[in-house]
Amino acid sequence: MLTNYAFIGILFVVALSFPLLPLIMAFFLRPKRPTTIKQSTYECGLEAIGDVHVQFKVQYYLYAIAFVIFDVEVIFLYPWAVAFDQVGLFGFTAAAVFILMLFLGLLYEWKKGALEWI
Amino acid sequence: MTIVIQIIFALIAMLILGSALMMVLAKNVIHSALWLIASFFGVGALYLLLQAEFLAVVQVLVYVGAISILILFAIMLTRAADLAGETGRQWNNRWWLSLAVAGLLFGALIVPTVIGETWNVAPTEVAGAAAGQATGIAGAAELGRGFVYEYLLQFQVIGVLLLVALIGAIVIAYDETARRRRVLTLAEELELKKRQEAREAKEAKQSRKGKGEKPLPAPVPTDTLSKGNEGNEGNEGLVVR
Repeated sequence: MLTNYAFIGILFVVALSFPLLPLIMAFFLRPKRPTTIKQSTYECGLEAIGDVHVQFKVQYYLYAIAFVIFDVEVIFLYPWAVAFDQVGLFGFTAAAVFILMLFLGLLYEWKKGALEWI
Repeated sequence: MTIVIQIIFALIAMLILGSALMMVLAKNVIHSALWLIASFFGVGALYLLLQAEFLAVVQVLVYVGAISILILFAIMLTRAADLAGETGRQWNNRWWLSLAVAGLLFGALIVPTVIGETWNVAPTEVAGAAAGQATGIAGAAELGRGFVYEYLLQFQVIGVLLLVALIGAIVIAYDETARRRRVLTLAEELELKKRQEAREAKEAKQSRKGKGEKPLPAPVPTDTLSKGNEGNEGNEGLVVR
């Protein structure tokens, strides 16, 4: 089984070295004449305004946490789906109750308007 | 084969421990979070080495994909002010206390394992590998059956836990007044304009009927849609005068 993952490992190493090698080569080959303009943040040709570390809106966090919760829900449903033909109606009901609970959460969030971007 | 696995294990362990160490030592909190993601990846690889494929995928999906984003968001949301020039000290005066606690805990966990373990894992592992069973899918199916039969209560409790987390996050973080302050959509804007025009036409007709002279300019009427818009410059432009 592990030998199958050896290919992924090889691919990983190749994929990692592919961008790294040119960067390392460029580091040794390039002339180093830094100016303030060269070292400024590249922002599509526009001058960067303000600080990078702005405080983000809390709503990003709400979206993120909703994403994580439904992500975890789906992960718990994967094994159930794999064993679907073995667990029968009882298993279906158990998963349905599980999904229904989280659906209530989704309804609450929807009703509350937390899904709308403000 | 065993030596190869041990080399792979050593590499993975180096990745986990190295990035965990860098996480603790990094001066910038964002960099700490990124090192933590690398450490999560290493743990996922370790699960793969232990032939727990499902767990490995879940590790990458949940920890690398979701939890790390949550951590990054949490940093961006809360620590904006002192992120800029953050050069706090990495050591505080009680470092020896935390060292002692961590050492004791580690010892308490590792010593019984080392003493109680019978170190003959290799033959069974070789036998399992020789059998060449597709342990991955079987593992997931076993997990699924476990959720439904043996661990049904725990499965449902997880559902309740997720529900509580979702509702709790909304209750704590969601600003309901912000919803009313929002910028109107184009449809709402047009609706507002239409109502405004209808009202103005009606008022104009009434005043002409009454005295036949031009009325004073009426105060800008507030509509139901623009209720609660006080203090928002964004919406004032939407009220048609």
